[in-house]
Amino acid sequence: MLKFIKGNLEAIDGVSIYPIISLLIFFTFFLVLFLYVFTAKKDHIKSLSEMPINEPTKIQENE
Amino acid sequence: MQLEQFHYDNKIVKKFLYATILWGVVGMLVGLLLAFMFLFPNLTDGISWLSFGRLRPLHTNAVIFAFVGNAIFAGVYYSTQRLLKARMWSDLLSNINFWGWQLIIVAAAITLPLGFTSSKEYAELEWPIDIAIALIWVAFGLNLIGTMVKRRQRHLYVAIWFYIATFVTVAVLHIFNSMALPVTAFKSYSAYAGVQDALVQWWYGHNAVAFFLTTPFLGLMYYFVPKAANRPVYSYRLSIIHFWSLIFIYIWAGPHHLLYSALPDWAQNLGVAFSVMLIAPSWGGMINGLLTLRGAWDKVRTDPVLKFMVVAITGYGMATFEGPMLSLKNVNAIAHFSDWIIAHVHVGALAWNGFMTFGIIYYLVPILFKTKLASTKLANFHFWIGTLGIILYALPMYVAGFVQAFMWKQFNPDGTLAYGNFLETVNEIMPMYWMRAIGGVFYLTGMLVLVYNVIITIRQGSTVTDDLVEAAPLTRVSKSRTASEGWHTWLERKPLKLTLYSTVAILIGGLVQIVPSLMVDDYIPVISSVKPYTPLELEGRDIYIREGCVGCHSQMIRPFRSEVERYGEYSKAGEYVYDRPFLFGSKRTGPDLMRVGGKYNDNWHLNHFYDPQTTSSGSIMPSYKWLIANKHDRSNAGDKLEVMATLGVPYSPADIENAQENMAVQALKIEKSLMNDPDFAKTYAADKKFAEQNGEEFVEMRDREVVSIIAYLQRLGTDIKVKNGDDLTINQND
Repeated sequence: MLKFIKGNLEAIDGVSIYPIISLLIFFTFFLVLFLYVFTAKKDHIKSLSEMPINEPTKIQENE
Repeated sequence: MQLEQFHYDNKIVKKFLYATILWGVVGMLVGLLLAFMFLFPNLTDGISWLSFGRLRPLHTNAVIFAFVGNAIFAGVYYSTQRLLKARMWSDLLSNINFWGWQLIIVAAAITLPLGFTSSKEYAELEWPIDIAIALIWVAFGLNLIGTMVKRRQRHLYVAIWFYIATFVTVAVLHIFNSMALPVTAFKSYSAYAGVQDALVQWWYGHNAVAFFLTTPFLGLMYYFVPKAANRPVYSYRLSIIHFWSLIFIYIWAGPHHLLYSALPDWAQNLGVAFSVMLIAPSWGGMINGLLTLRGAWDKVRTDPVLKFMVVAITGYGMATFEGPMLSLKNVNAIAHFSDWIIAHVHVGALAWNGFMTFGIIYYLVPILFKTKLASTKLANFHFWIGTLGIILYALPMYVAGFVQAFMWKQFNPDGTLAYGNFLETVNEIMPMYWMRAIGGVFYLTGMLVLVYNVIITIRQGSTVTDDLVEAAPLTRVSKSRTASEGWHTWLERKPLKLTLYSTVAILIGGLVQIVPSLMVDDYIPVISSVKPYTPLELEGRDIYIREGCVGCHSQMIRPFRSEVERYGEYSKAGEYVYDRPFLFGSKRTGPDLMRVGGKYNDNWHLNHFYDPQTTSSGSIMPSYKWLIANKHDRSNAGDKLEVMATLGVPYSPADIENAQENMAVQALKIEKSLMNDPDFAKTYAADKKFAEQNGEEFVEMRDREVVSIIAYLQRLGTDIKVKNGDDLTINQND
């Protein structure tokens, strides 16, 4: 009976490669991401985070 | 360096804000009407275009795409210009974006009540409107990217990243999920069938939540919370991790909407794993938002803008904690199809999206109109009545979900269902539906207070003008990395690269999930007894879709003892191969209909449509009198079969040729079976006589809509009578 809902995937040729690829992509992705974030310079990060606060001030126009 | 002077476009922000408020009121009003329909099912008796099934998609679409959508545009247009130190690239595109979007909303507000729907949740609009959405969305994206190209700020703030991801992903999702073949101007059939259609739809549906209700709002959070609190975000590093991990993981989680369904196990498990992982980036974002207020909590006490934002972020945290929990199979077994899900989405919509939008409105209106908020007291009142409304809405719905789900699963010691009548479980939760409606009244009251407050603020303010500012233009830097810069600064000054990378990130998840599911179609065990619908059944199915029956009735029996006992044999993937679109449903306000075929006689269905309360005492289903009165236009039946045949449904040329005759034969059979009820035969004959005497046109029963839908309902689930696995074969396709 379980035939109806189980094993639909096993029928696909070479399907075992999917989980392996997924894991590799994942591992690499997060490794690179963490390296990227933690090697960033403090000044750079600070200047980025202050962007919404340091906006150019409005110039008064004569209407 | 020579400074350049330029204007920010404030007028477009104002327009979007007005639209946000207008559609917010409309969307919430429709929602409230629906809440009251649970209590008074025949509130709009006999008016087809005000029936529950047709209004439900109108409510969800109005809130998601009209209210939240316009809020996104307002916030994005305001913050993008300031973060990039540039006016929007093209005023024309800004206006096309605005007016086009409003036209789409109006088109939706007209077509959905008229019953033109694809029935796929949050993608109900029919194909011409789908095309319009794609075009307008691209106009928005072009404008966004164009502004990035001519920016005066070297680096892109994280909010901009969220906006880019929003644009790219929504475009991809919308186009893939809306693939359909038209029959007429307002009727089309999905390019995917059954389980595959379900997988694509929930890949879309889940990510509509992710990339329409979440990522743009996170971008807005990263801009407006620091602005309102006047301090930078708690951790910018965390925001980078937040962004990449969120968009990378979110795209995989869709199948958690289909747990225990006929979807292959591997896809279900993949969805669960990624949904659980999602809690990390989601909570990272929530913590980042809340901790931005460190040292500024005293402001939260007095500033309504921050109050709204704090509750919004808290709501985000609650909903994103709940999401992964709901994806666990054992929790999902209880929550799915119940009101728990309704509570879950409303914590997201009312708290996260609603309150964040209110915060932004209260922040922007005084700035744009160069004045102060007219009444802080009223804004505080809005905050409290809104918060109370959310609690009164969500808590009873949680209770209702639990109570009903456990009643569905309760067995007697002798192995029979304790609550065999579905209606017992509905009657039990009526008090909760009352409380929910009251919560909705509170929330809408708050919204109306906002409208009043905004109007008096605008009255006391001055007209909106475009702000003049000055900033230095960017100097040309070499394309490659310069000696002094790190790779962070290099990548972050490359908006197009960033767009490309984020596209790749979302496509990886999409592809890994979609490619096998496209293949799985060929590997679904074929059940030889499952046959395509007859033309009359197909017409009936289209009425089922038109009336939005899928909003309250599922067609998916999960492999649980309690469900098999109540509804019959559990659903198999192979049973849906001719379903375009699939109609699994996601909520059981009424019972599952997967195997309703043959359960009742034709007369029962007729009486039930005419007055559900007579056949099922205490039912909260509205009456569908118009189905019984209306003549059914089946002139397109041949075209419909032809489109289906093009899509791969095995209808022979003879089937298409003889569609009309075949329909007439089947319809006549149903009419005859209806005559078996002497009461019906008597009233029918009297009606006929009355029409003849008064010279009115009389529509034969066989030509009416109800006959088609009875044909469909009587067919449901009757194709398989297999009791063992021998009756099926695996199609190896080689």
